[in-house]
Amino acid sequence: MKFRVERDVLAEAVSWTARSLSPRPPVPVLAGLLIKAEGGSLSLASFDYEISARLEIAADVLEEGTILVSGRLLADICRSLPSAPVEVATDGSKVTLTCRNSRFNLATMPEGEYPELPKLPAVSGVVDGDAFAQAVSQVIIAASRDDTLPILTGVRMEIEDDLITLLATDRYRLALREVSWKPSTPGISTSALVKAKTLNEVAKTLGGAGDLNIALSDDSELIGFESGGRRTTSLLVDGDYPKIRSLFPDKTPIHATVQTSVLVEAVRRVSLVAERNTPVRLAFTEGQVTLDAGTGEDAQASEAIEATLDGDDITVAFNPHYLSEGLGAFSSPYVRFSFTSPPKPAVISAQDDASGEDREDYRYLLMPVRLPNQ
Amino acid sequence: MSRDQVSQRVEHAECRILHIDMDAFYVSVELLDHPHLRGVPVVVGSPSGRSVVLSASYEARRFGVRSAMPMSIAMRRCPTAVILPPHHRRYSEVSREVMRIFRSVTPEVEQLSVDEAFLDIGGSMRRLGGPREIGEQIRAEIQSTLGITASVGAATTKFVAKIASTRAKPDGLLLIPGDQTVAYLHTLPVSALWGVGAKTQEVLARIGISTVEDVAHTPVPTLRKLLGSSGEHVHHLAWGRDPRRVVVARPEKSIGAEETFSRDIDDSDVLRRELLRLAHRTATRLRASGHRAGGVALKLRYADFTTLTRSKKLDEPVDSANALYGAATALLTALGDRPMAVRLIGLRAESLETGGDGSTQLTIDRRDDNWRIAERALDDVNRKFGDAGVMPAGLLRPKGRQRVDGETHQGAEEMSTGTPAATPPAGYSRRPADPSGPLPDRAVTDPRTARE
Repeated sequence: MKFRVERDVLAEAVSWTARSLSPRPPVPVLAGLLIKAEGGSLSLASFDYEISARLEIAADVLEEGTILVSGRLLADICRSLPSAPVEVATDGSKVTLTCRNSRFNLATMPEGEYPELPKLPAVSGVVDGDAFAQAVSQVIIAASRDDTLPILTGVRMEIEDDLITLLATDRYRLALREVSWKPSTPGISTSALVKAKTLNEVAKTLGGAGDLNIALSDDSELIGFESGGRRTTSLLVDGDYPKIRSLFPDKTPIHATVQTSVLVEAVRRVSLVAERNTPVRLAFTEGQVTLDAGTGEDAQASEAIEATLDGDDITVAFNPHYLSEGLGAFSSPYVRFSFTSPPKPAVISAQDDASGEDREDYRYLLMPVRLPNQ
Repeated sequence: MSRDQVSQRVEHAECRILHIDMDAFYVSVELLDHPHLRGVPVVVGSPSGRSVVLSASYEARRFGVRSAMPMSIAMRRCPTAVILPPHHRRYSEVSREVMRIFRSVTPEVEQLSVDEAFLDIGGSMRRLGGPREIGEQIRAEIQSTLGITASVGAATTKFVAKIASTRAKPDGLLLIPGDQTVAYLHTLPVSALWGVGAKTQEVLARIGISTVEDVAHTPVPTLRKLLGSSGEHVHHLAWGRDPRRVVVARPEKSIGAEETFSRDIDDSDVLRRELLRLAHRTATRLRASGHRAGGVALKLRYADFTTLTRSKKLDEPVDSANALYGAATALLTALGDRPMAVRLIGLRAESLETGGDGSTQLTIDRRDDNWRIAERALDDVNRKFGDAGVMPAGLLRPKGRQRVDGETHQGAEEMSTGTPAATPPAGYSRRPADPSGPLPDRAVTDPRTARE
């Protein structure tokens, strides 16, 4: 095998494919990148039994063939090469990589032992990459990072016809985001649980190239994403996701609207005195919300900002971290808080002006901290 | 008066550290209630073959019975021994009295366990006399007010005092004067040094080191090569150097409980049920001491005695058994398939924090909050009526097979009648790998009463 390709193209391709290599591969060959030179193109693939990644780039193929080399080492090498054409050629059981005056000899692994990559299921539909990436970034903040609760480390994708709903929760908050797409089969109704980490990678690395194809296998074991010649598959998380949609209250008699950036800043300041696990309190009254944190002999802080309140006065307390993470996911000028009563969940949604209606495509439900007197 | 003047008056004033240890503490306390057993081999522990000896009388020790030895071996070595089940509450009472006596001598008391402590008597000598006098006074007071005996070691450092009390046992006092410390240490086998266990002994024996004196005359770099960073420490000890002071306040770092099964357990349901029991025991202690746990650790000892611990941080500090149980079972599930049956299981609440402002982060699962309320109610009931035996139904056993204290479940089949109908968790399961299984976490105090 022998091929020639520009360093920048190769480095980008190798680093994307090597991204999904496991740091502790279950079998040695899975530490490798499978490189196949065929026709006028080069395909690179990686697999760790859970996630597979594959892409094709154009290359000057002088001799067709397939090799398996250490992905991590190849990525490190490509990253540090000068910007010039790279020539890769097999030489017995070794592979030689040359770029200007640099020359590397790498050991190859038996490609015959490399497992077959899962096939990308038939495409189920197409979503706009940017819209999907934004939606993912808004829900994954609520996904659990606790690996001992595997189900909650996933993001649930519920697909109903032309609407995908993404849901995530770590038991303290819950994010729901709707994004429209073009299904291949009208009226499709299905769901999948994808690891938040995987989905985040997909959004970051495949979201920027226009259309993003989503492929769900019929046996609902696998999900695939494809965009711009890159495809990745991932096993789905196994298990029953909690029925969390019902946690959004039907009726919320109390609404408060606050300017997003002003509130974000105020929360950031006031929570400086909220030591680990102490809440920040929000007291909504007519025309304003007063934030305060800290109790007793500890440091205390308070700040009042303008707010529009519709309903009874209400005081709620939140973990400052969960609150600011949620607020940070809103790009709208205003946010609306919807309440039923203090120890019940509060819902935050986007609003374009101080007195309009809120948008319901993204909702962030926040479980409050119950204060001693509540 | 300066310390120099005190030393002039008091003999061996340099030996300001006392290590005091009750002799066969559990047995001695039991003998107060069973005086007719004096002079007979007595062992405290559960009669089941799988538990370990908690304490053995000196008569039993003559047959080779030792603490922490499996009961089955103890019974083989000394078949005539009388076996008494433990009464931990009683031991705690006596222990409190013992510590009260220590504190009447000096406030500088570092309690090591239920029956031993270090005392720094540097400030008490002018009032009460030298280390020997003080040691004898304490021994006499324990004997006369509590009816049990204690042994005292007096030395210039903690670790030598500890060696001395061990050598003084039973019912004795040994003072090792400062100028004789090194000479005395050098008569001892290397195992007398703190931190030198079987493994270290083996390593040292390989290059012919078997006594403390050998260690003392081995260059530090050699020891460091053999023992790593502890090499230097061991060398210091061999020369009687131990800078550790008596530390009075030892804030609790963790609270936990563990259980050795009466036979090795494969069944995950049985392990989870035991975790539930340990979680309740631990959470009750957490709440009683006003702590919340920021982390949970699971400990497993397999049939071949290999032991592993796994711990996790919690998002929010907790003091509810349900939360501890959830975290511990998650750790158990995360271990995956176990290579062999489990001999011992333990649960610890770690990263303890006190106080807080009394506020509670709620979760989307309202049962979490209900549990907390139910468990507080359980504390109140048990406080009011003594340990009324209010417990989760998952831990109930059929009548006539009440649990002997210290002994554990015999197997899953016995438990089934006590477990309520399987209640699939509403919403999500904490055990995704086994969502069909029953969660043995229903309390007898109906949680519905706590629900809004």
